[in-house]
Amino acid sequence: MYSERRNMKIPEIAEIIKAEICTKNYDPTIEIYSACSADLMSDVMAFSKSNALLLTGLINPQVIRTAEMMDIKAVIFARGKKPLESMIEMAEEKGIVLMATDYPLFVASGKLYKNGIHGRGE
Amino acid sequence: MSSVVVRDYIIPANDFTIAGDASSNVRKILSQIGVAPDIVKRTSIAMYEAEINAVIHGNGGQAHVEIDENKIVIIISDQGPGIADLELAMQEGYSTAPDSIREMGFGAGMGLSNIKKNSDILEIKTAVNEGTTVYITVFFK
Repeated sequence: MYSERRNMKIPEIAEIIKAEICTKNYDPTIEIYSACSADLMSDVMAFSKSNALLLTGLINPQVIRTAEMMDIKAVIFARGKKPLESMIEMAEEKGIVLMATDYPLFVASGKLYKNGIHGRGE
Repeated sequence: MSSVVVRDYIIPANDFTIAGDASSNVRKILSQIGVAPDIVKRTSIAMYEAEINAVIHGNGGQAHVEIDENKIVIIISDQGPGIADLELAMQEGYSTAPDSIREMGFGAGMGLSNIKKNSDILEIKTAVNEGTTVYITVFFK
């Protein structure tokens, strides 16, 4: 019932966690390999995988900045939170995909893990 | 890229909207001159954490950046309260940031250790009530 670790593209991720994709013109060929769930951005910066996804409940421009510095390809906002228009603009400029899901952080992370996206330390 | 690139930035106090602008700009320069992506990432993390520290703890400050063909040197200084116990401040998880900062996603007590981990040379000069200066060097090879 658990999938082997594998890469996943943005449309499939959005489908699994029933997420709305908030940014326009994203690259559908981006492959996500690993993920990190956190509300504290310095904890995110202690994470070092490439082709990563960030799941968070935090809404502010520093989330996009952190994603930029970390080469994070996509950010998922959980618990029904929506990114601000200014954050969407900033992310589009930097080529970062933003998604929003109603699932809580734990459930959204669990669904993606179960389908093959893993994290650090495995 | 034999010439030296020098940049100076002002880091405004308590402005979370533009915090990270200087780091973002330096990141762009490094990518443009062809520095390897993993080195760009290490430099970005170290500088961004130091920039955020100046915003959170230092009442803002300045960043001075020098890039030559072998390395980048980043000097971030503030005239804030200084660090009373630097050894303690370097410990992962130790933070003096108030809850208002944690609500913004910072103050996890990982900033200085993230800077150290991503720098090749890190020097911190600090004095209580005088301020803090962080010297970060990252080599390109």
